[in-house]
Amino acid sequence: MIYVATVFLPLLGAIVAGLFGRFIGDRGAQIVTCGFLIASAVMAGMVFFKVALGGHPETVLIADWIQSGTVNVAWSLKIDTLTAVMLVVVTWVSAAVHVYSVGYMSHDPSIWRFQSYLSLFTFAMLMLVTSDNLVQMFFGWEGVGVASYLLIGFWYEKPSASAAAIKAFVVNRVGDFGFALGIFGVYFLFGSVGFDAIFAAAPEKANAQVVFFGTQWHAITICCLLLFVGAMGKSAQLGLHTWLPDAMEGPTPVSALIHAATMVTAGVFMVARMSPLFEFSDTALTVVTLVGAATAIFAATVGCVQNDIKRVIAYSTCSQLGYMFFAIGVSAYQAAIFHLLTHAFFKALLFLGAGSVIHAMSDEQDIRKMGGIWKHVKVTWILMWIGSLALAGIPFFAGYYSKDTILEAAWGSHTAVGQIAYWLGVTAAFLTAFYSWRLLLLTFHGRPRADEHVMAHVHESPAVMLIPLLFLAAGALFSGYLGYEYFVGHANHAFWGHSILTTEAHPSLENAHHVPQWVALLPTVVAVSGIALAYLFYAFAPGLPVALANTFQGVYRFVLNKWYFDELYDLLFVKPAFKLGRGLWQGGDGALIDGVGPDGVAAATRGIARKVAGAQSGYLYHYAFAMLIGVAVFVTWYIFNAR
Amino acid sequence: MNDWPLLSLTTFLPLLGALFILTIRGESEVVTRNARSVALLTSLATFVVSLFIAVKFNGASADFQFKESATWFPGTTITYAMGVDGISMWFVLLSTFLTPICILSSFGSVTTRVKEYMVAFLILETLMVGMFCALDMVLFYIFFEGVLLPMFIIIGVWGGKRRVYAAFKLFLYTLLGSVLMLLAMMAMYFEAHTTDIPSLMAHSFPVTMQLWLWLAFFASFAVKVPMWPVHTWLPDAHVEAPTAGSVILAGVLLKMGAYGFLRFSVPMLPDASITFTPLIYTLSIVAVVYTSLVALVQEDMKKLIAYSSVAHMGYVTIGIFSMTTQGVEGAIFQMLSHGVVSGALFLCVGVIYDRMHTREITRYGGLATRMPIYAAVFMLFTMASVGLPGTSGFVGEFLVLLGVFQVNSWVSFFAASGLVLGAAYMLYLYRRVVFGRMVNEDLKTILDMNMREVMVFAPLILIVIWMGVAPNTFLEPIHASVAKMIDHYELARAAHDGLSVAAR
Repeated sequence: MIYVATVFLPLLGAIVAGLFGRFIGDRGAQIVTCGFLIASAVMAGMVFFKVALGGHPETVLIADWIQSGTVNVAWSLKIDTLTAVMLVVVTWVSAAVHVYSVGYMSHDPSIWRFQSYLSLFTFAMLMLVTSDNLVQMFFGWEGVGVASYLLIGFWYEKPSASAAAIKAFVVNRVGDFGFALGIFGVYFLFGSVGFDAIFAAAPEKANAQVVFFGTQWHAITICCLLLFVGAMGKSAQLGLHTWLPDAMEGPTPVSALIHAATMVTAGVFMVARMSPLFEFSDTALTVVTLVGAATAIFAATVGCVQNDIKRVIAYSTCSQLGYMFFAIGVSAYQAAIFHLLTHAFFKALLFLGAGSVIHAMSDEQDIRKMGGIWKHVKVTWILMWIGSLALAGIPFFAGYYSKDTILEAAWGSHTAVGQIAYWLGVTAAFLTAFYSWRLLLLTFHGRPRADEHVMAHVHESPAVMLIPLLFLAAGALFSGYLGYEYFVGHANHAFWGHSILTTEAHPSLENAHHVPQWVALLPTVVAVSGIALAYLFYAFAPGLPVALANTFQGVYRFVLNKWYFDELYDLLFVKPAFKLGRGLWQGGDGALIDGVGPDGVAAATRGIARKVAGAQSGYLYHYAFAMLIGVAVFVTWYIFNAR
Repeated sequence: MNDWPLLSLTTFLPLLGALFILTIRGESEVVTRNARSVALLTSLATFVVSLFIAVKFNGASADFQFKESATWFPGTTITYAMGVDGISMWFVLLSTFLTPICILSSFGSVTTRVKEYMVAFLILETLMVGMFCALDMVLFYIFFEGVLLPMFIIIGVWGGKRRVYAAFKLFLYTLLGSVLMLLAMMAMYFEAHTTDIPSLMAHSFPVTMQLWLWLAFFASFAVKVPMWPVHTWLPDAHVEAPTAGSVILAGVLLKMGAYGFLRFSVPMLPDASITFTPLIYTLSIVAVVYTSLVALVQEDMKKLIAYSSVAHMGYVTIGIFSMTTQGVEGAIFQMLSHGVVSGALFLCVGVIYDRMHTREITRYGGLATRMPIYAAVFMLFTMASVGLPGTSGFVGEFLVLLGVFQVNSWVSFFAASGLVLGAAYMLYLYRRVVFGRMVNEDLKTILDMNMREVMVFAPLILIVIWMGVAPNTFLEPIHASVAKMIDHYELARAAHDGLSVAAR
């Protein structure tokens, strides 16, 4: 019962606020949605204690859904440790964001709509993490996609917001295309879409071969790769990442909840959930590692040169998701989920902190126009420092525990790709520290660069916004230390139970505890050097970055333009699609099919009819002539055939 | 109640209403008002009667139920035979469900010749329901072709500017196919000496003959579906038809072709169906990709939705010919869902067309500001159209793709690209119409949906969510009939394979 309530209370809140928002008013909608979410968050905490710490996984059947032949899908809730962790992450961050929004959106004309969308999103996300089969997961998967679409496009009058919303949905759909095919492949292989059945049968299918798309494949590999395409879309991995930075068009609380803490981590969760399948495909794991590592470094480079405060953090999110994926790739699923948890806290903190800054700066988002405001927004300033310290992985903050474990596990996998991932990860850690302090220094320190009018208005946010920030800051401070033993330390086997499978062939997490000293220290060293470099560039010698950008103009422009992914896709897919559509419509449908088909036939009929009508001239000698010809033909025919 | 001829009652009740409307005399205002209420009441009563069919239908049986039979042409095998099985039952309900909605939605938009309009609609309902119930080939043919007449009139009389062109295009396309189908039916009669559909299903036709018969039926059904490349009548017909005409056209008439495949081509001509499956796959994939791309660049709202219908019906034909349980059930489900969703989308267009008298997308924009209810309703059906899980659109698409993946992964791959393209063109449409800033001056006084319009949409919203959340209600009665059809088909396939092995 508690499980059902945890998942469905947000839906109830969304329905009440959405349908009756007009009647209960903005305040009513806020009370209802926040109230239900806080209740849900409290219950999620209870579930965590019962299921994860108490070790009582459970599956609750709610109702039948789709039954056709041997396909049998039910609405049900599968609560094991993995789910319980996600429940806590989702509901706690969501509750914080709900409350924060009360302050942040206070000047908006459609508050109840916003609150309703937020709750709807939370419900879909909870359905995603509690599903016990792939199809219900797909339901949640698409559900969060729609909620994200609605929230990115929340300010629908802004053309850029509407465009970003569509982009997010369509790019995600490309991923979903892979996910759907993956589901079909899994069903083909196992005759079921339920997790328990799939996982039970996975070992015996370890060497199975299938023919998909005219090629022979290792069965589990192709299924995993297809599913991973889905994960790449949702988690904005290299290639399908282009929607995430644009998604910053949405209100900041949305960025914090959906595009940092929860939805974008759905891909990580999905692959971790499917660990009993991925474990049987080294090829798939290798691909996951490489994609993750490449994303981590790519996004970090772009993050270093962006000037929009939210976009810097967005690229940072993209990069951190890369870490989670290469952790999964080296079979350190536990470390990936651990990083997911700590990241949710500190990244939501950073985003909401950024929102607080934007609020203070009268909606300015360009960090080049900020600076010197720390005295006026001290609480926000301190909180942003905490978030950045956690993100950079400075010892004893949350990120330190999870990120270091990931890097150590990558090293500990003793594989070539693991090594690649380690070194790329360390480089990305350096860049992470650098861009984080670039952001801090440009935003809060130095001379004010905003005009006096804006500076006069700089003010600290109200308590309703600061309290959620304090809550998240507590997470960013302590979640790493508190969770370490359970998630990745010696207690991890008891903690995770059967929710994650790691085969004996992949002992990277175990090895992570036995790596050389320098491997463990290096991430911290590079993080500190990254901070130092940021101080050099933006506090002591501000001329340096400018000079650097001028010297390496090509590189700078390449990175500033996000490696030209958007332009490339526009050229490869968007423009040709419209061109092709127009061509097919006017050329194919219009000229060819209609021209030869109905219109052509009609025209031909008309033409023939006109000619025939022309013969009917009315002149007697025409008719007489025709008759004479006829007679001649008949006579000739008769003579020739008479013999 | 058990002995009532439920099917005949459902079929001919609307006709009775139509006759009644014809007798109405008096002031034109009074006639209009009375014609409207009689039509609405009749169609509602018909829907209520048809509900009994659904309630009393025995889902465990694969046989035809509620069978009726009466002599029609003494001395021949042609009889008046009616009956429904799991495949046809829901289509009867779809027709009776959509008709009252159409009639109600026409109250505001049709103001000339209301009496004749209502008569045409009720006759149309009779013909549609009759077509899905007919168990005699000749009876089926009469209903099947008869449907064209009221539709032709509805488009030709109450349509838009180019209505005559559209009506003739519709007629030309469908007539060519019909002639061939009639020939095929005669050939079948001479071979099997019966016009009884269940007997014909049991009869096995010679393989070569099957190929010709199949192609003749295909000529007729492919136009109705419509499959690429004989789809070009549909955009024109939709654009010119009045809103309610579009709803019925997309909702029910497009299903007649696919229903024909399920009733004739597949069970009666299994060998030919096996041979021609690649053809169907190819045409359907082309339909999905081609028409989705074309939909992307449309400037007329109705045309865009019309093209999307072609793409969605592509899934249906793929599902039917995948001949897997999920594929066929998904195809049937997709037809029902598409009937409701595309109908609703045309109604959505109708709502703003009634206010602004234009379907041009660029004339709109920013409607969300002044029409929040409309924006929400339109959003729901947009999402249902792109197949969001939890709405009816998902279940059909999912089952079809899952089913066809089991027999041919390439087909599934290409068809699934419709997931991406579908999202692109629908959301692009939604963005241009509902989002953005309101720039057109004349939009600034536009009003949100009124009570009557909300009443029109409420049942559609309910059913779309019901079908998405608890689709088993609708799938359960289908199972037995589909299983029977597939068993039959598998037997034929086994024999077919045996034959080709022997030939080698």
